[in-house]
Amino acid sequence: MNIDVLISHAWVFLLATFVGLLVIRRVSPLLHTPLMSLTNAISAIAVVGSIVVAGRQESTLSTVLGTAAVAASMINIVGGYLITYRMLSMFKKDKRGK
Amino acid sequence: MGAESWIQIVYVLSAVCFILALHWLSSVPTARRGVLTGVLGMALAVGGTLLNPGLVSYKWIAVAFVIGSVIGVPMAMMPMTAVPQRTALSHAFGALAAALVGTAEYFLRAGTAHMDRITMGALAIEVILGFLTFTASLMAFGKLQEILPQRPITYRGQNFVNLGILGAAVALGGYLVVHSGSTSLFLLMGGLSLAFGILLIIPIGGADMPTVISLLNSYAGLSAAAMGFVLDNKLLIIAGSLDGSSGLILSIIMCKAMNRSFSNVLFGAFGQVAATASAAEQKSHRSASAEEAASLLVNASSVMVVPGYGMAAAQAQHKVRELYDLLTEKGVKMRFAIHPVAGRMPGHMNVLLAEADIPYDSLLELEEANSELPQTDVALVIGANDVTNPAARHDKGSPIYGMPIIDTDKARTVMVIKRSMNPGFAGVDNELYYLDRTLMLFGDAKSFVGELVKEAEIQSGG
Repeated sequence: MNIDVLISHAWVFLLATFVGLLVIRRVSPLLHTPLMSLTNAISAIAVVGSIVVAGRQESTLSTVLGTAAVAASMINIVGGYLITYRMLSMFKKDKRGK
Repeated sequence: MGAESWIQIVYVLSAVCFILALHWLSSVPTARRGVLTGVLGMALAVGGTLLNPGLVSYKWIAVAFVIGSVIGVPMAMMPMTAVPQRTALSHAFGALAAALVGTAEYFLRAGTAHMDRITMGALAIEVILGFLTFTASLMAFGKLQEILPQRPITYRGQNFVNLGILGAAVALGGYLVVHSGSTSLFLLMGGLSLAFGILLIIPIGGADMPTVISLLNSYAGLSAAAMGFVLDNKLLIIAGSLDGSSGLILSIIMCKAMNRSFSNVLFGAFGQVAATASAAEQKSHRSASAEEAASLLVNASSVMVVPGYGMAAAQAQHKVRELYDLLTEKGVKMRFAIHPVAGRMPGHMNVLLAEADIPYDSLLELEEANSELPQTDVALVIGANDVTNPAARHDKGSPIYGMPIIDTDKARTVMVIKRSMNPGFAGVDNELYYLDRTLMLFGDAKSFVGELVKEAEIQSGG
């Protein structure tokens, strides 16, 4: 990686962090637990790197580590989205309509 | 246009989905749409990656997908009381994935032209953050699951040892940037990071878990972002930094809610400080039976429940819901005051009460609850302690001085369900218990609320 690529990535990192701060500041405290489980599922984006390492099969070590990483990420993708959806289905307004 | 360009276009769409997902999560009516958008984003990311022409075999990827799903589904079906430990465990998996990919990349690249100083620097950050978050999250899981003791464990020179180990790992990372070929030093760096994660959580008590879980959330995201720098992948950087900033915001909110700083949470070992202060004087308190308490509740026009970790630990939320139904039926306005750090993770109480079918519009935030409390007939504290202690407002000597609290002492009558007069997690005596207007209701939260329901039924049914 040369310095120009690093700088372009640093811009992306900076701007995405700001977008994150602005968007997430508006999340109601009511939903802080679903927020954490959703961001946890999103950070399982590590699956992208894991798939590449597992699928390129460049060495036994990298394939083993990559496969383990895909499995770990997949746990968070499946588990994270499912539980967030389950939690949110529980939030109901007062049915008595007051 | 080649495959690589298509992949990049798919990644851009995926990033848009993730940002929209978090945007829609801001309020309950749109939140489920947010989750579905997040799922779409992830499907695009995975689908796009599978198109990568560099992949030679899908066999192990498929195996890993199956293993992950088989473990992931039951983890999503855990009861809501187990959500804090489930969250800690999933932070561990997320961080592990980042650390393993970092390790694999290191061994593929070390000593080749693909390893330059910038890449090695990003790799070191990814691996250090990944491994320390992995063990720290496992430790947090152990404490929350009560496999490990929940109280903070401290010893002399602890902070010195911990920071020394972290410092050594970072120094090795710095050395590797210049001499990336020293594989044994790379392994040592990983080992030190694993050790630091364990040591970091040893002095953390249960009351600090909301902050620590948020912080680990942030680290897991940042290690994924660092992976993006290593793999030259902007989608990883964006999704990782969204997670990083979310964890950061939550930790700041938690720290503010306890009037403490990050360093104080991580190195302060809360709960050790005050044990001596409370021992001395013997003050008098009033206690009441379920019958008396129920009659006060039935005849009140407004009730504010203050739930805490004790409600979760006793699994009392469903009994609380029965009480809610009964009193609401009677025309009593019953609502809930939720302190930001109540429970073991951000938003813990809200999810528990939502699970018990209590409508979310009766859950009030701290400020709103405090503006209502002076006009409230009964404040009913269930398993909360430090967040109701008036000493936080006036006693400069108290370890919780300055912490925003729920002003239960302003309600006309205060009732506290508690097992005994033992001080709470922070070891701080709560002066709320000795006020003239306070009635102590001794017993297990679940069975006592159950008795309240029975008594209230008899008294209102008659």
